[in-house]
Formats: sequence, C-alpha cells, structure tokens
Amino acid sequence: MASLIQCPHCGLRPKEEFTIKGDAAPVRPAAGAPPAEWDAYVHLRDNVRGVMTEYWHHAGGCRRWLAVTRDTASHSVAEVRDASEYALRHAETSR
Amino acid sequence: MSASRFAEGGRIDRSRALSFTFDGRRMGGFAGDTLASALLANGVMLMGRSFKYHRPRGLMSGGASEPNALVTVGEGSRREPNLRASMVDLHDGLVAESQNRWPSLGFDLGAVNQVLSPFIGAGFYYKTFMWPAALWEKLYEPVIRRAAGLGRATHERDSARYDKRWAHCDLLVIGAGPAGLMAALVAARAGARVIVCDEAAAPGGRLLADRVVIGDTDGPGFADAALGELSGFPKVRVMPRTTVFGWYDSGVFGAVERLDPGKGGATERVWRIVARRAVLATGAEERPIAFGNNDLPGIMTASLVRGLAHSMAIRPGNRVAVFTTGSSGHETARDLAALGVDVAAIVDSRTHVPEGDRAASQGLQVLSGHVVADARGRGVLTGIETIDRASGRRARIEVDALAVSGGFNPVIHLACHRGDKPVWDGGRGMFLPPAARDGLAAAGSAGGVLDLSGCLASGAKAGRDALESLGFPSAHTDIPTVRDAVGGSPGFATLWHVTEAKGKAFVDHQNDVTVEDLGLAVREGYGHVELAKRYTTNGMATDQGKTSNVVAIGILSEARGLTPDQVGTTTFRPFYTPVLIGALAGPHTGPHYRPVRRSPLHAWAEKRGAVFIEAGPWLRVSHFPALGETGWKDACDRETLAVRKTVGLSDASTLGKIDVSGDAAAAFLDLVYTGIMSTLPVGKARYGLMLREDGLVMDDGTVSRFAQDHFVITTTTAAAGEVMAHLEFCAQALWPEMDVNLVSVTDQWAQITVAGPRARDVVARVVADDVSEANFPFLAARPVTLHSGLEGRLFRISFSGELGFELAVPARHGEAVADALMAAGDPFGIVPYGLEALNVLRIEKGFLTHAEIDGRMTPDDLGLSRMVSGKKADFIGRALLGRDGMQREGRIQMVGLVPLDPAGRILAGGHLLNPGASPSMANDQGHVSSSCWSPHLNSTVALAFLKHGRSRLGETIVVWDALRGLETSARIVDPIFLKEVPANPPPLRSHPPVLATADGRSSVIDGLTTGSEKVTRLGILPDAPIGLLIGPGASHSQLELIAAGGDGVARKVAPGQVLAVGKPGEPFGTFAGRLADGLPKRCRLVDLSDGRVRLCLDGERIADVLASQTGIDMGADMVQEGFSQPTLFGHVPGQLTLLAGGVVEILVFSTYARDLAQALRHTIELAEADWAQVKIPGSG
Repeated sequence: MASLIQCPHCGLRPKEEFTIKGDAAPVRPAAGAPPAEWDAYVHLRDNVRGVMTEYWHHAGGCRRWLAVTRDTASHSVAEVRDASEYALRHAETSR
Repeated sequence: MSASRFAEGGRIDRSRALSFTFDGRRMGGFAGDTLASALLANGVMLMGRSFKYHRPRGLMSGGASEPNALVTVGEGSRREPNLRASMVDLHDGLVAESQNRWPSLGFDLGAVNQVLSPFIGAGFYYKTFMWPAALWEKLYEPVIRRAAGLGRATHERDSARYDKRWAHCDLLVIGAGPAGLMAALVAARAGARVIVCDEAAAPGGRLLADRVVIGDTDGPGFADAALGELSGFPKVRVMPRTTVFGWYDSGVFGAVERLDPGKGGATERVWRIVARRAVLATGAEERPIAFGNNDLPGIMTASLVRGLAHSMAIRPGNRVAVFTTGSSGHETARDLAALGVDVAAIVDSRTHVPEGDRAASQGLQVLSGHVVADARGRGVLTGIETIDRASGRRARIEVDALAVSGGFNPVIHLACHRGDKPVWDGGRGMFLPPAARDGLAAAGSAGGVLDLSGCLASGAKAGRDALESLGFPSAHTDIPTVRDAVGGSPGFATLWHVTEAKGKAFVDHQNDVTVEDLGLAVREGYGHVELAKRYTTNGMATDQGKTSNVVAIGILSEARGLTPDQVGTTTFRPFYTPVLIGALAGPHTGPHYRPVRRSPLHAWAEKRGAVFIEAGPWLRVSHFPALGETGWKDACDRETLAVRKTVGLSDASTLGKIDVSGDAAAAFLDLVYTGIMSTLPVGKARYGLMLREDGLVMDDGTVSRFAQDHFVITTTTAAAGEVMAHLEFCAQALWPEMDVNLVSVTDQWAQITVAGPRARDVVARVVADDVSEANFPFLAARPVTLHSGLEGRLFRISFSGELGFELAVPARHGEAVADALMAAGDPFGIVPYGLEALNVLRIEKGFLTHAEIDGRMTPDDLGLSRMVSGKKADFIGRALLGRDGMQREGRIQMVGLVPLDPAGRILAGGHLLNPGASPSMANDQGHVSSSCWSPHLNSTVALAFLKHGRSRLGETIVVWDALRGLETSARIVDPIFLKEVPANPPPLRSHPPVLATADGRSSVIDGLTTGSEKVTRLGILPDAPIGLLIGPGASHSQLELIAAGGDGVARKVAPGQVLAVGKPGEPFGTFAGRLADGLPKRCRLVDLSDGRVRLCLDGERIADVLASQTGIDMGADMVQEGFSQPTLFGHVPGQLTLLAGGVVEILVFSTYARDLAQALRHTIELAEADWAQVKIPGSG
C-alpha cells in the first residue's frame, strides 16, 4: 500500500516515487582489478534480513540517487543520505 | 412471528421514506436505515443461504463482521455481490438480491446438501474426490463450485468511478465510538491535525447503540455534541463510511470511503493516510456461542439486538430469549423489556450471576447455570431447548428471537497487521492487542476496556499520550461522568460451545464450519491452528473469521488441552474488510492505466490522419494511410519506397535526449560508452554503444559535441528512462567527484528526420545555413538558423541508410517546421512515414533496435566489436566483457535471413535449426529478432542470431516457429540487405526558401482547461521562458537567489539544480541575459521553455485535488507561498510550486502535459461531485 522514504532533498515521499537498485556496500573496483573482484562487485550479493544500506533513486522527485539504510524486515528507515556524499565516504572507508 | 419496527424511536428519519426491492419484492424503509435494518423492519428474517449446506440464514452480528446476510446490490454494470446488508446504506430505488439459492431463497434445492452433510464435512474434497484425478477438472470442481458459493460478479465492465487520495495528520483515530471521540477531542483541542474514520454512516459506535447517560445527556447526545465540536476545528476531518483496512510500513494506513455515487462522482475512494500517531478505537465484537442450530434466522448477538432496537427502532421479535455468559445479555434484556418486548427468559451459563447483572434484569426470569443446547425451527427460529446444567433437565421455551452473548473479542486486527501477535488475557478470556508500537496504541474496548466510563478515560489518555509524544502542550480534558452505563458489571465467563448440542453447532457461519468439523481436524492430526484453518476452512471466508476465529481457537484449545494463547492465532493481514479491486485501481484504468507521452508532433500527425500505436509510454505514428490503401502494409510499402526513391519525413522526437555538460563531460562519456568520445571534434556526432557493468549491451545512440564541455547524447526511445537513471547513478554514486551535469531535454526538442536522396534539397529550403556536402558532411552536428530566424540544431545522421538529416527545434515550433519541411519537399514528392516504414528501412540496412539489443548480447554478437575501444583503461562493462564466456567461440552472431521462397514467412521469435534437425534445445541454433517485408527486395527479410553466424553466410537454415505453425527454409546472408551506398545527388535547381511560421500550433491541453464556474479551475499559465539553472559548485542559496531573479520564485529541484521562470512574454535570451549577471563560474542555464508546460490550479479546494495526485503534505507548515518541490502527479513527473494568491503551478514535462491535464480534470470532476453532496456533520 505504501512505504515512505525521507528524501534528504524533498522530504517524506511514498515509495512510488523511488526505484531501488540494491546493496550499496559493493564498491566499484579500480580498472585492472582481478576478475574475482569484479565478479564480487557485479554478481555477489547478500540477502540481508535486517539493517542494510541500499541505493534508491528518487526518480519521481529530485532524481538524486540516495543511500537508504533500512531494516529489510520491518522497512524501518534509519538514515537516508545523498549517494554522492555516501559514496565519497564509503569508498574511503572500504579501501 | 418476526421482526418489526417500533412505532417510534431510533435514529432513522421517518419523514424521509425510501423504497427498495429485495428479490423483486418492493419494500419501504427510512433514511438512516441500513439494508439489514430495513429488511428486518419489513419482517424479513431470511436474508441468505449458507455457502456449503445452503442453510437458511439471517442477520447475525451486523456491522462489518456480519457473516450471513450477504446480498448482491445493484444491476447491470453496477451489480456488486457479497455485500453485507448491515453495511449497505439504504437509498431510494436500491435493488438487492439474495445469493446462493435456486430457485428461490425460500425454497432452495441446494439445501439437499444438508442431507449429504455426513459426506461433505471438513476436508471432504481431499478424501472423497481423490480418484480418479482426471475427473477433477471435468466433474468434481465444476459441480462443487456450482453447489457452493457466494454471489456472482457481473461480466460487464464496471461503470463506477473510483478515486484515490493521500491524507496527512498528527493523529488518526480509527473508530468514532466513546474512546475514539474522546481521543479526537483531546487532540483537536490541543490544535493537532486529526482524522477520525468511522465505518458507519453515523459515527458514534456504541454511543448510538446502548442506553446510557453521560453527564446530562444520552449516548447520541454526547456523540452529536462531540462531532459538532470536532467540525468546528479547521484541522480536523471526520470521515464517516470510511473503513481503515490496513496498517502499513511508515505509519501509513489504508482506508476506503464509501460515497454516494448518485451525484456522478466516485463510488468509493481509497485513502492513504500518513499518520504520525494513531489510536485504535475499533471497539469489540460480541462473541457468539456454538450450540445446536445456532444459525437459525432470529438468532443474533445481544449487542446487535440492543443496537438495532435503539438506533433503528427494530423489534427483534414478539417473544425474545437471551443466552448469555455475561452482563451484555442482561443489559439487552433490560432494554428490550423497557421497550415493551416480551422477554421470555435470560439463560445465563453462570451459576452465580453478579449482583449488578441481576439488578439490570430485575423482574425478568433468569435461568442461571443454564445453557441453550439447541435452537428449533424450520427456516426461522421458533423456540429453544435449555438445559439446567446442575440437573441435566431439558426444557423448551417458545421464542422467535434469541440474543446471544459469549463475551467480547476486542477488534485488534489493525494492530497485528505489521506482524505482531495478540496477547491472551487469561483472567478475562480475551485476546488483547499487542503492545503499542510505531505510534499506534489501542484505546477503549479495542484495548479490552469494556465499561463506558473506562472507554472514555482510556480514549482521552490515548489522545493525550499521542500528543505528548509529538510535543504538543498537554491540556486537561474532563472525563464526563457516566451513570447507568452497562446492565451490570462488565465481564463474562468463557463458554466456547455447548457440549450438549444435538444439532449442527456452527463456528464459522459463512464457511459452514461446525464444532464437529474442528473436532475432526484435531482427531486427524490437523489441530495446529494454521492446519485446522486450512483443513476446515474456518476463517477463510470473505469475513475472514471475524465472528469465528476466536471461538475456533477456544474449541481447539479445549480439544487439545491447551490454553488459547498456546494454540495461538492465525496471521492477521490487510485487508480488514474486502475492498474492491476497482477502488484500489482508482482512476488508473483504461487509457489512464499508465501515463501516455505525446510527441510535440502528435497533433501534427493527427491532422495528417496518422494511425498511432503504443510504444512504451509513447503514442507513436504507425503509418499515414493514403486513399485507396487497404491496410498498414500498403502504407508502409509506399512510405518505405518513397524514402529510398526521393525523400520522407518522420518524427524522431521520442528519442531520449540528454544534455551533458561540465569540465569532466568528455571524460565522463569515455567512461560510459565503449568508444572514445573525448576526441570527438566540436560540431560532430559519433555513434556510441553503452554496456551494462556485466558487459552486455544496454543501448546505442549518438553523441554530439556542441562545445568542449557540452554534449547532447541520444538514446533509443525504449531505453531512455533506463539510460538516464544509469548515467545519473554513474555521475552521482560512482564518480561524484567529476564535474558533469545531466539534464533530460527530450521534451524540449521536436526532432524531425528528413531522409532520402532529396533530403538535402528539402532541408536547404528551410535551414538558412549551408548544408552542402562540403559544409555539412556525414556526422556533422551543429546549431543552425532557419530561414524563419528560428534557431535549431541539425544533425547529419541516418537510421534509414539514406542521406539523412535530423532537425531539432524547440518543441512548440515542431508543427510549423514539419509543415515547412513538407512544403519544401512537395516538389520532390515527400511523404511522411511512421514506425512501420522506419522499421523496414532499418532492417534492410541491418540497423539495431531493442529487438536485437535484448539484454543478452555482447557488442561482438551484434557485429559491433569495432565500436569497443581497446585503448581505454576503464569504461562501464569493460572488465566483465573480457570474461571467457563473453568472448567464447560459438556465441550467437547477428546475420540476415532471406527465405528461399520469397513468399515464405519468417516472424520474430522463430528458432533456427539445421536442415533435418529435430526441434530440441540441443539442436537450437539461435532465433529471429526482427523481420519485415522488403518492398525493395520483394521478399521477407529477417535479422537473426545464429551460432557461428558470420562464418555461415550462404548456408541454408530452417526457421522453426511452432507457435505460428511455420517452418521456413532460409538463406543466411549478411545483415545489411541493401548494400548500395546512399544516393547523395547534387542539389536540383534552386527552390525558394520556405519559412516555418507558427500559425496553427495546437495547444497540448486544448479542451481540457476548466471554466470559471468550477470550484477548482485547471488552466495554463501565460507563456514565459523556463530555464534549469545548474551549478555544481554553487551553493543552494546562491542558485536560488539567481533563479528568483526570474519571476521572484526559485523552484528548487535538487542540489545544484533550480528551475527559474521568466516574465510572461519575455524571450528566453532576455531572460537568460538578466540572470547571467549573477551567474557564478561553471553555472549554466539550460533552456527548458519548451520542455515544460505550466499548468495551474486555482480556486478553492486545490489541496483536495492535489491529494489525489501527490503524496506531498499540502497542509504542512512549510507549504507556504514560494514552496516548490519536484514530485510525481499520479505517475507523471513535475514540479509543484505555490505562487502568490494561492495559485498552484505545475511545471510538467511537456510530452506528459496532456495526460496530466486529463487526469487533473477527471479529479476535479470527481471532487466537485463530492462537494455537491450533503455536508455531513464534522466533515472537514
């Protein structure tokens, strides 16, 4: 029926305005990285029950990509950040 | 010997008589009646036949839980089956029919099932019809389905209109009984935004049904006063006839409002209510008791009997008995006696009846320690058989109505919709709601409080708690004093069923499940609550076990020697009551199922008689029929031949067009395309291929460079949305440090293809720039000026394989320029062509669409490996394209196919087999992706993917198409069927220029704006320049300040993106010049004057209209003049802005403008029909 996501730019919006891409944890490997790294980045995903951060696109609003941290079982949303900000910080901590 | 109406009393309006029919019989009722109460008033006790045994049934529990009185209401396309008569408001001319009976309700042949009942008990179909299995579909299932059942739906298209809306509040109160009204009052007085939903036409709950004294008034008086006070608060909305059917994530509740469709408005409206807090004040349902023949018409729950007597003035019968385990029975007896009804006896299962209860039923015969073992009667109740449990003695009492009370079940469904389980209160014998969480708390009887005084206090407390948690200042609210509330002390003893019963004792009345069936389930090992449910079908009917689930759990617990909480409940899920699929679909049906995009040349093509087809969200031209042609193929052949012979014109506006700018734009494009784009000279275009990260082809298109840091790329029509989202992901999440801006300019430009040997002659007559081969060679891409002075962009690209130009002009000039090009081409015999011809032209030349780029292809499969740069260290898809499987020998490769017999048919989807090979997966050699009739080759031609394809040219292959019964031998050929180099003849004698003039331009929303007589008016704002200000480095406030330099309002879209609108009539250049002064470095203003249409809403009730379109909370504090946000209107993207004077501007993507205008107009019509209805007290 409805779930809401707090877009950091637009405010509380229904999920119909968003599309979901999936897990935001994998970081795109550097050019020339070994095949196993690319395989993991493109194909390997955990099916998390609980808290995870995912990329959502506010396609029906500001068209920004967002990093949404939520509980996949309860859809309780803990944090929503702009993907640029998340990616810059996440890439640093993951490498 | 049946129910009737008291001469006076009740909440019905006796001055407004209504006429209705039931099974063809004409009857009368009053305004305020439900269909159920009107039937009873007419002495109709028999209202339906049961599902399995076809037993006669009458009203049992009333309200939303009613399991028996299911009727079909309405006729023709408005015929609606399985409605609870207790939930149908009576209106004049209502037509109702009983269900599941033949030939008539009184004499139903299906009742023979009762004789068969020993053979068709629980699980019978699992056992009886096991063998032979072949008979299931032919015999068993049709027969069983025919014999058992509910009402039948109409096969006509539903003619009702449905609506959908968002609502937002601080506190949602579900149920307007004593607890709910108190919670609402507390919140309303504190200034909170409150929504109160009540499923009845008249809110008040038990206040209207019980005889009580509150303060110095009675129940109805208190309810009226509370509703009156609530209606005085502007932030409070009371919604009668509204059932909250589900509690969802994020504090969103679903509700359905039943409306009066008599005014041409919606029949039902589905609400999505975003509530920060909610009070569950849904009350409690009276629990039935399972005894013999407890399903006879005339047997009702005690609170139903009492409520009908008080609020509907229904006399349940001439002589009434009460069977009770608690105070509710005594209260009912007291009230009936006071109304002059002969109360024969109160059968109370308790040996010790509390003093309060005895006081209530003083003067009446109380049989304590007794139970009703069986009811008697044929078709209707005539008497009961009681048992004195101390002595075992049976006695008969002649009665024509029996009021039953086995205690209460709090209505806790909604509180369990998020997965929490109810809590068993062993002391009081009730399932209570789970602990409050996520802002939902139960109050009143829903929380297990059974006395009125307690309900009022509990409601007030729930309201206060909710407000405090939201930070509202707490205000004290007095709890009114209650006298004479209940018959006695609230409470009851637990009695699930009467063991001494001889007749069938029903637990689930709607699905005909008996105590015996549940016993059988336990004996056969299906005693687990979930198994018993499925084995017996208890609780699986349309009422979802509202009256039966708890009783069934009680019976299972006794049979298994457990407590009810050990047995546990089944899972509660939405919907609480059945909701029409039509209501859930709302207005999104038929042509509004999804939004339709129309090209800027749509009206132009319409005028030329085009036939349109759906292509994704677009309506595209299929072909332009000419006189004498018999179908699309004639037109297609003619159009195709004309393009290759002379010249044709088609609409390329639907291609995705993305403006890419910024210092890193070139580097960015190198990363997202397989080829190198950074070396592209300014003024040139290049074909590009995009991969997904997994190495497979995503899309193809062109890249044109207009400046060092400015490109425009095109995508296929089909993949435009996907590519834009992908590029945004790359720019924002993968490489946020890159200075690159992406703006969709698809809607801004009308793009017109002119193709054929004479294309240059045609273009030269319209475009002022030199378009000669020397000055405008293949893949040139530059801004140009038209002879009319208009500025556009010209591309020398081709999708037909002929000499081709694409001329892009601002969308509003599309029609004029297309007309000018047609006039310019007239001497050459120019023809407009559609998608069918476009497809033939591209297949003949082996060009790709998404029929080929189907998500499984590598560049090499498509024959495009030359487009993959080996020089770049990285681009999207590079790493995974290198995998062995992607480079392996023996992958399918694109080839052309020509049938050996030119008349042979090959269709897309056919599979390829070696000659002589049998069709099998192992023998599969590939598939056909596209095919068409080539009028140039006079043969079918097809594009196909074949293993080792490119090395097999000249061989013969079989196209096997079992779906269409085709088997065609074909020759494998190069996919470029027409090898000729495109003709590029020197210009003919000079023709005079043709000016593109804007006369006759069609407005995209012609005929859709509404006039001044409307409450809410839909219009279009005066034409003004629109620009998107992009400045990745600039601060928000800086951009907003600049944007406000337009018309005073900055329309914020996203970080670094603000829409600005100029003054009406102002040219874009002037506007851009005004804004340029303050523009920081690296900021750009992208012209979207033609990419958006400025719709507007003004007048009253705009918020209601918007609530059906967007989830934005228009009542929030921040929604003031100047408020601006992007959102979806229905499924259409746009920017919502509050202008001065309360006018709402909607900047909608122009290709969606007509669709959105239609949707808004539809919404306004529905809403106005609504406002015309009688104002209900308390409605906001």
